[in-house]
Amino acid sequence: MNPLLLIGLFIVAALVGYRLIGNVPSLLHTPLMSGMNALSGITVLGALFVTGLAVHTHSRLLGFIAIVLAMFNVVGGFGVTHRMLRMFRNRATANKEAAHE
Amino acid sequence: MSNAVYYAVCGVLVLGVLIGINGMSKVKSSVAGNSLSAVCTLLAILVTLYKYGVLSDLLLWLALAAGSVAGIVAAMRVRMIQMPQAVALLNGLGGAASALVAVVSLSGGLSGLFSLITAGLAMAVGMLTLIGSLVAAAKLHGKMNPRPQILPNHQGIISSAILATVAGIVCMGIFTDGVLLFVASAVCLVSSSLFGWYFAIRVGGADMPVAISLLNSFSGVAGSIAGMAISDPLLVAVGGVVGASGLLLTQVMCRAMNRSLSGVLLGSAASPAKTDSAPPAPAAAVAAPAAKADPLGDAAARLKNARRVIIVPGYGMAVAQAQSLVKQLSDRLEASGKEVEFAIHPVAGRMPGHMNVLLAEANVPYEQLRELDEINPAFTGCDAAIVIGANDVVNPAANSAEGTPIYGMPILEAEKAESVIVCNFDLKPGYAGVENPLYSMDKTSLLLGDAKDTLTSLMACMQG
Repeated sequence: MNPLLLIGLFIVAALVGYRLIGNVPSLLHTPLMSGMNALSGITVLGALFVTGLAVHTHSRLLGFIAIVLAMFNVVGGFGVTHRMLRMFRNRATANKEAAHE
Repeated sequence: MSNAVYYAVCGVLVLGVLIGINGMSKVKSSVAGNSLSAVCTLLAILVTLYKYGVLSDLLLWLALAAGSVAGIVAAMRVRMIQMPQAVALLNGLGGAASALVAVVSLSGGLSGLFSLITAGLAMAVGMLTLIGSLVAAAKLHGKMNPRPQILPNHQGIISSAILATVAGIVCMGIFTDGVLLFVASAVCLVSSSLFGWYFAIRVGGADMPVAISLLNSFSGVAGSIAGMAISDPLLVAVGGVVGASGLLLTQVMCRAMNRSLSGVLLGSAASPAKTDSAPPAPAAAVAAPAAKADPLGDAAARLKNARRVIIVPGYGMAVAQAQSLVKQLSDRLEASGKEVEFAIHPVAGRMPGHMNVLLAEANVPYEQLRELDEINPAFTGCDAAIVIGANDVVNPAANSAEGTPIYGMPILEAEKAESVIVCNFDLKPGYAGVENPLYSMDKTSLLLGDAKDTLTSLMACMQG
């Protein structure tokens, strides 16, 4: 792809993301952060690309490590985010759960 | 897959991620939003495998499986109290992966000035993220001194490391010769790691939310730049979104402390004004509460008579693991017909939103968790404010003590409550090192010691 197009894409994505994230209440800032963290593991795409096309063994090995680390980041990040978000309950559900105990 | 179809699919996936993020703006839609982002990421992986015709490459699947298993195990086992260091660690892994992508693509004979320069940048930002995050995680986990540390020649080394990194990247664009390219990459790698170390070690304690947010931003930027090096539009777009998110949170944190980003990073609070004022002041603070013979009974009586109570949690509550006792106290107060709310300062704790997560885990409904602007007017009509392990965020000196690190910081105005109950470990000034006049006010009952013990005896006393 044309480098200028890529830089343009980066700027547009950053601006749109900035606007959307501004709407997230501070209540959810920790899960937001861990969710974004998970998304930063998207670099796994790059790792798959370079490793899939690599020919040297040492490159394949480094690529393998890159995929493992990035995937750890993605799965671990989405996992903890899910766990945290599930803990946020409103008063009605919290009371219901308390009644169950 | 033709390019047109591929770009269209990429567009849809990025849109999916954005809709997922939008879901995070409300608690109700947040779980679905997070799941949507996760599904889009998974689809992006499959699309990428298909696009480059490497679906049948067993090694890739093996790596994906290994990473996923490790990720699932880690996500299930990490405790909520460990979340700041867990996020920091995961963040570092993302940075490391981006740096590795750059290294592998370089060794695969990347060509073209733009690709070479962006590969160098991705390597530098990735290593900075990795080392910085590891230091931050070690500090948060207590494996390293959590205070800000200034090493000999700190600023000089940081400046040289940045210069060397930039020089390395420029040389990577100039040298086409294999050996020289290798040397330039190595210089870039080492100096950016050094920068990461020196940058993170100078930040500590209550400034940690800023460092974590900034590193989060870096990891997104590293991914995005790696995407530029290998011309992957999906990686560029999603990385850009993450970079923006981290930056926004960094700004929110800095504003909540009324500090500039450079102030936090350069550790201006590391040497607060406490050098000459601190020694005599604690004595005065200790003398004042001695006037109260029975602060515990006093506090219990005030709570019994109160109608509206506001609880202000801080990092001390997390350290003492007292959140479920806090919930018990709140339940008990509510059961006797009182109105209870929680006042959450944006920088309370060690990462953005830290207190909310801990209280949510203890089953506190989120309607009770109030933000600074929302709750401050309510302190005036409130009968009792209970401060649990918070100090700087309720320090009225922020309004008046010019020249101190907290001057101008927006605080929770607990001092406006009818009475104040402080459950803190000791009388030492908070992280910023500024004496808290709240402690010596007439209406304040000081309950010193571990928050868990204090709350247990307070509740026992209320029953008796």
